[in-house]
Amino acid sequence: MSGSDIALALAVFLACAVEAVEALTIVLAVGTTRDWPSAFGGVGAAALALAVVCAALGPALTTLPISALRLVVGGLLLVFGLQWLRKAILRAAGYKALRDEAAEFSLESKAAVAAGGLAGHGRFDAYSFTVSFKGVLLEGLEVAFIVVTFGANQHRVPLAAAAAGAAIAVVVAAGFAVRAPLARVPENAMKFVVGVLLTSFGTFWGAEGAGAHWPGGDAALAVLVPAVLLVAMGFVAALRRSVVEVRA
Amino acid sequence: MTRVRDIGAAVWDFVVGDDWVTAAGVVVALAVTAATKAWWIMPLAVVALLGFYLWRVVRDRE
Repeated sequence: MSGSDIALALAVFLACAVEAVEALTIVLAVGTTRDWPSAFGGVGAAALALAVVCAALGPALTTLPISALRLVVGGLLLVFGLQWLRKAILRAAGYKALRDEAAEFSLESKAAVAAGGLAGHGRFDAYSFTVSFKGVLLEGLEVAFIVVTFGANQHRVPLAAAAAGAAIAVVVAAGFAVRAPLARVPENAMKFVVGVLLTSFGTFWGAEGAGAHWPGGDAALAVLVPAVLLVAMGFVAALRRSVVEVRA
Repeated sequence: MTRVRDIGAAVWDFVVGDDWVTAAGVVVALAVTAATKAWWIMPLAVVALLGFYLWRVVRDRE
């Protein structure tokens, strides 16, 4: 397995794990307060919709010529990566609140109870189905996109899908083991790493797709990833200083 | 028509996110790279776009 393959698997695993933790919180909230079978129905329907998206998008992408694929995928991964990275930088610097799964669980549970109209035992509950469906679909869509684009560009879609499947399995198993939202998962650190990897690969492939040649070829990635990490950490340090100055 | 607009807004939000300036900056950087074939433009653009976004956040906060 090459360095690029390891980075691909790591980025997909972490991105998928983070989104799965967030989706698990939503499903747990409606499942425990309302109706588990309907909540599971929503999860299944969303998983099916995501599979359809992957099945449609994957083959469409692989028909593109390699330079066009790299340009499109590089640009999209870079836009996504910068979204993940800038939010992670703001959270790490104290400019944006860290996501609190326990608080999200409490909020979702209260909303589920307040929604009322709970169906009787064994009856289909539309609220549980819809909230679970939307939660899993919205959290999963970005991961599905990362799996397809990242995987297609390296011709390793099965590896990307396996990394995503492993992340979901780990999160679901942990969720069932603790029967509570996974509040202790270091979500921001994971999002930081995903942001760095997507930004680095997006930069690399985008430039290659646009016709530029990196010094050292693929080996340039080994410099690019730590360089992006250092720049991001530099921004965190600078922002933290400005937070301290404002408070002083 | 409303449904089409909703789907368009959802796709825009999904791809571009909360900052269209960064997305537009990436497109411009790719276009300049395509025109010049210079590899260093993209890393430079990443630092500039990230820095510009964070500078705007700090400025708005103050």
